Amino acid sequence: MKTVTLTLTNPSELLLEGQNITPDNFAGKKTAEIAALDVWEGKQKSPLGKYFTIAGDGGATAAETKIVLLGDCTRVKRIGQQMTAGEIVIEGNADMYIGGWMKGGKVHVKGNVDSFCGIGMEGGELIVDGKAGCHLGSSPRGEWRGMKGGLIRVAGSVGSDTATFINGGTIIIGGAADIHVSTHGEGGTVVIKGDAKGRVGGQMVKGDIYVYGTIENPLPGFKMVGEVEQEVDGEIALFAHHIGDLGERHPVSKGKTVYANLYTRL
Amino acid sequence: MPKKVENVGCPYCGVCCDDLVVTVSDDGKKILEVENACAIGNQIFHHATGGERIRLPRLRQPDGTYKDISYEEAVDYAAKVLYNAKKPLIYGFGSTNCEGMAAAAKVAEKAGAVLDNCASICHGSSFLAIFDNGYPSCTLGETKNRADVIVYWGANPAHAHPRHMSRYSIFPRGFFTGKGHKSRKIIVIDPRHTDTAQMADIYLQVKQGHDYELFDAFRAVVRGHEIPDQVAGIKREQIVEVAEILKKARFGTIFYGMGLCHSDGRNHNVDIAISLTRDLNDFTKWTIMAMRGHYNITGPGAVWSWQYGYPYCLDLTKRDIAHMNPGETSSVDLAMRDEVDAFFNVGTDAGAHFPIDAVKHLRKHPWITVDPNINMASEISDLHIPVGIVGVEVPGIVYRMDNVPIQYRKVIDPPEGVISDEELFERIHQRLCELEAEETAKEGAKAAPEGVRAGSEP
Ligand code: SF4
Repeated sequence: MKTVTLTLTNPSELLLEGQNITPDNFAGKKTAEIAALDVWEGKQKSPLGKYFTIAGDGGATAAETKIVLLGDCTRVKRIGQQMTAGEIVIEGNADMYIGGWMKGGKVHVKGNVDSFCGIGMEGGELIVDGKAGCHLGSSPRGEWRGMKGGLIRVAGSVGSDTATFINGGTIIIGGAADIHVSTHGEGGTVVIKGDAKGRVGGQMVKGDIYVYGTIENPLPGFKMVGEVEQEVDGEIALFAHHIGDLGERHPVSKGKTVYANLYTRL
Repeated sequence: MPKKVENVGCPYCGVCCDDLVVTVSDDGKKILEVENACAIGNQIFHHATGGERIRLPRLRQPDGTYKDISYEEAVDYAAKVLYNAKKPLIYGFGSTNCEGMAAAAKVAEKAGAVLDNCASICHGSSFLAIFDNGYPSCTLGETKNRADVIVYWGANPAHAHPRHMSRYSIFPRGFFTGKGHKSRKIIVIDPRHTDTAQMADIYLQVKQGHDYELFDAFRAVVRGHEIPDQVAGIKREQIVEVAEILKKARFGTIFYGMGLCHSDGRNHNVDIAISLTRDLNDFTKWTIMAMRGHYNITGPGAVWSWQYGYPYCLDLTKRDIAHMNPGETSSVDLAMRDEVDAFFNVGTDAGAHFPIDAVKHLRKHPWITVDPNINMASEISDLHIPVGIVGVEVPGIVYRMDNVPIQYRKVIDPPEGVISDEELFERIHQRLCELEAEETAKEGAKAAPEGVRAGSEP
C-alpha cells in the first residue's frame, strides 16, 4: 500500500469541497497529477495543490492507496465521498459529507465531523473518534432508500436525524443521540450506548435499534413485548424488547406481521 | 372622479384574497380606499402612497451615509459584487412576483450563486417532508366546498391569515357545505390557547415540542392499537375521540403552520402529519396543506422547481449542476458557517429575521438590499435598490398557498423612474454577461482559474 500525505498549508477562505480526495481518484497518479486534481471554493475551481502540500504517489489501485490528511481540515467537505476501496486517515476534524455514499474501504477521522457524514452509505467503514453532527448515515434529501450497508462507528455523541430511512448496515454510537433515530427505517441496526433524546424509531417499518441509556421521550407507538438476551458489539446483555412503530405500515412475512425492534438495556 | 378597481389581489399573506376593491384618486397617484381587505391587507395599499418613498438606489459612502445613485450605477455595482464573489447568496422573494423570481434565477445561474427564498426560515422544512413522503393536498376551493372537519395544527390564522377562516375553512357556505359554520367541526391543536383556538369545537393543548408523539399516537389509534394513558399532555380518551371524528369526516383538511415546521424535528413533524393524512384516506377523504406565509412565497418553489428541479436552497455555484441540501445550502447555515462572501437581500428583511450572528457574518461582506421600502436590512446595506410594489404598482403572477397561480394587477404606477424586480434582475443579468464577455476576451473564462500549480510556493 502506498501513502499520499496531504497537509493543509494554505487554508481556503470559504469552505473547500474536496470530493476528489479519495483513493479512487488518487490511484495510479503521481504527486504532481494528484496536486492538479480539482477542488472547489464556491464557484472557484482550483487545483488541490493550491491548498495542500502533497507528498507521495498513489498506489496502482484504490485498494492499494492510503491518504493521510494533516493540518486543520475542519473546513474541508466531502473527503472520501463515493470511495470504493483503500484508506483515508484524517488526523483532526473534518467538515460535512465525510464518507458520504461510500461503497468500500475505510475512513478514520481522529477528531470530530460535521453533518451528513456517511449519508447514502453502501459499504465500507467510517470511524470517528470524536463527535458527529446531524444526519449521520441518513438518506440524502428526498431519497427513501437510505443507508444500505457498511459500518459507522462514532465514539462521541451525534446530532439529530441519525439513520433516516436506513435500509441496512450498522451504526454504533458511543455517546448520546439527539432526536430522530432511524426515522422511516426499513432495516439495518443502530446502537446507542448513551442516552437518546426521543423520537427513536418514529415511522419505522423494520430494523433494530439498541439504546443502552435512557430514552427521554419514548414514542407511544412502541410496545414492550418481553425481555431478551442479545449479543451486541461483542458483549451479551439483557434488553427490554419493544415493537413498533405501531402507527406505521408493516409488511407481513409467512403470515406474521414484521415490526421494527427497539431494545432498551435492562 | 376617483376610479374603483375591482378584483384586486392582496399582496400580503398566503390567503391571496382576490376580491379587493381599491379606489384610486383622479390623477391615479393616490390610493383612497380599500374594500374587503383585512386590516393588514388594507395597510399594504395605503402604505404605498401614504408617505415618502425611496425613488433612487442609495450607495453607502465611506462616512456611513447613503448617497443617491442612478439605476445604471446600481446595476453595475450589483453585477460586479456578484461577479467577483466566490459564493454569493441571493435570498428573499417573500414579496415579489414570479416574473421577478425567474429573472433573479437567471442572475444566480450566471453569477454562480446560491439562490434561496424565505421558505428557508419558514416552510422549507415542509418541502423536505414532501420530498420524503408526498403531499396529499387539495385546493382551498375543495376545502370550502367539501370539508366538514377542519384541523388547524400549530397555526394561528386569526392573526397570521385573517381571512383564511372566512374565505375557505370555517365559515363559507360551499357547494356541499351549504350550512357553513354550522355543519363543520373545527379542531385546533396548539400549545398556546390562541384566538384561533377560541373558534374551535375541540381544542387540544399539546405539550410544546411534542407534536410528533401526538401524531404517532393518532396513527396508532387509527390502526386500532393501544396507546399510553397520556401522550404529549393529552389524555387517551380525548385522542381516541378526536381520531373517531377524523375517521368519520366526509372530507377533512389539516392546515398546519410554523408550530409544526419550526418546532423541534421540523420536517419530521410535517412528515408524520402527511403519514396520518394518508392513513385517514383508508377511511375517508383527508387532505393537508401548509399555511404558507406571504402572498407569493409559494411562487419561488414553483418557479425554481420548474427551472432547476428544487424549490429552495439552490447551490448553483457549479452552474450546470444544481445542488440542494438544507442544513448546508440554507441561508442561515451558510451565514453561520461563513460560507458565503456576498449577500443579496431581495423583497424581505434578513436584517430583522436572521439570527444576529448570521447577520454579523454576512455583514463582513458586501450586502445589497432590493426592496420598495426602508427596513432593517436596507439600513445596514452597502447598496439599497428600490423597486415597485408588486400587486400595487407592478402586476404579475403569484401562487396562493394551495399552489394555485393568480394573475395580480396593479392599481397605480410606481413612483417616477422606479423599476420592477424583473427589470432590475434582467439588467443585472445583462451586465453580468458583459462582464463575462470582457474577461473572456482578455484572459479566458473565469470559471476555471489557473490557480497555483503543484510544486509552486503558496
Ligand atoms: S387575509 Fe391576507 S390576503 Fe386576505 S386581505 Fe388579509 S392580508 Fe390580504
